[in-house]
Amino acid sequence: MAPLSERIVEYLPLLISGLWLTVAVTFLSLILATALGLLWATMRTSGNALIERPARYIVEFLRGIPILVVLFYIYFVMPELGVDLSAFQAGVIGLALTYSCYIGETFRGGIEAVDKGQVEAAKSIGMRHGKMMRRIVLPQAFRISLPPYGNNMVMLLKDSSQVSVISVAELTLQGKMLASSTFDNLTVFSMVAVLYLCLTIPLNFLMRRLELRMGASL
Amino acid sequence: MIRFENVHKSFGHIEVLKGIDGEVEKGQVACLIGASGSGKSTLLRCVNGLEDYQQGRILVDDQLVDAHAASIHDIRTRVAMVFQRFNLFPHMTALENVMEGPLHVLGEPRAEVRERAEEHLTRVGLADRVNSYPSALSGGQQQRVAIARALAMRPDAILLDEPTSALDPEMVGEVLTVLRDLAEERMTMLVVTHEIQFAREVASSVFFLDKGLIAEHGSAEEVLTRPQNARTQDFLRRVTHPV
Ligand SMILES: Nc1ncnc2c1ncn2[C@@H]1O[C@H](COP(=O)(O)OP(=O)(O)OP(=O)(O)O)[C@@H](O)[C@H]1O
Ligand SMILES: [Mg+2]
Repeated sequence: MAPLSERIVEYLPLLISGLWLTVAVTFLSLILATALGLLWATMRTSGNALIERPARYIVEFLRGIPILVVLFYIYFVMPELGVDLSAFQAGVIGLALTYSCYIGETFRGGIEAVDKGQVEAAKSIGMRHGKMMRRIVLPQAFRISLPPYGNNMVMLLKDSSQVSVISVAELTLQGKMLASSTFDNLTVFSMVAVLYLCLTIPLNFLMRRLELRMGASL
Repeated sequence: MIRFENVHKSFGHIEVLKGIDGEVEKGQVACLIGASGSGKSTLLRCVNGLEDYQQGRILVDDQLVDAHAASIHDIRTRVAMVFQRFNLFPHMTALENVMEGPLHVLGEPRAEVRERAEEHLTRVGLADRVNSYPSALSGGQQQRVAIARALAMRPDAILLDEPTSALDPEMVGEVLTVLRDLAEERMTMLVVTHEIQFAREVASSVFFLDKGLIAEHGSAEEVLTRPQNARTQDFLRRVTHPV
């Protein structure tokens, strides 16, 4: 076998290409999940049963299904219903749907933790519900939600490896393919783990910095 | 300006206001006193629709207050409120707190709003703290920002719910001074307060609320110095000579 350094150099380009796909899947599904989560959370705190209930059912429904099943469903079942999606698209949508529930619950907790006096102060200057949410409640809820949101983000990054089951060649799948063609399991999977850590450790650090900065102005 | 006609309010099965009548006239200061749990805050909150009521009428300048009607937003822009716990927006500076209503609710031009907000903060003695966040201000300073925020709406009346009772004793004076000035300028105010001396000085009329009913009502002199009702006498003895 070639020396370790040579093998690392040999494996790296493939794994890096997987890493980029991991970043892309994570980033896109995070944006989608955050937008949807915000939607679920504002619906659930609207104080109107007709708006609240659908959001509650959607969240409960999605949360009750394993991520893998959601992914299979979107990738294999949707085409039968006439919706053709690439593996990449299906992966992003599946992760986003599942994580929109966690993120939505995180935001909802944040919204409900905002002091009721804030709502009353906003109302007392004549603000209507929508503007009050945008200008007074959500900015404060966001700060409260930031730590759990950061956790969701890191979990989403790690769970992006699940899309390998529908053949999205992200980091985990690249690693698996590489390991089975080289039989060099130790080196390949160690590199895969280190590459994930290269993403998660800075992310955790960044979130902590952001929390400190936001906490300072409250 | 603000009129109560037979106002009844219940929380579930518990009736908290049992038929309130009374009026606060334009340019006058009315003080609302009474024991804890007598319904003072509830009555005040009904005026700007933070609570609804089940029976009777509350009128602001002959406009009916209905917490569930769209008109409530308009009424709130004309009747400002100052809270016991200030309730400043913590993510905004003092100046931004004061600008928020005129700028984002009334839609007035920014430059003008900013100039007036600075004036309001100056008049409550906070010219040098315009860029401070609430967390960097003392309780007394926060309450003065809250008063400036209410004034910035250029309201016809201000409701104040125990504006000094969350403050350390040495900060009560600075807030009362601001309120005395407002009274002198004939700002219409309905104030829930335990500061009997303050009420004596500024109140045109005083309402004594007892278990959801106005037990006594009259001039400050009548109610606070020569109370007729035994419960008023008893209450005043307790707040002016605390054990
Ligand atoms: N949201 C609510 N739900 C149920 N009961 C309430 C609610 N708010 C107030 N009450 C009850 O209504 C009664 C009157 O309360 P209110 O706050 O108006 O009294 P208060 O005169 O302002 O007292 P304090 O001097 O302690 O502020 C109390 O018995 C209180 O427990
Ligand atoms: Mg009260």
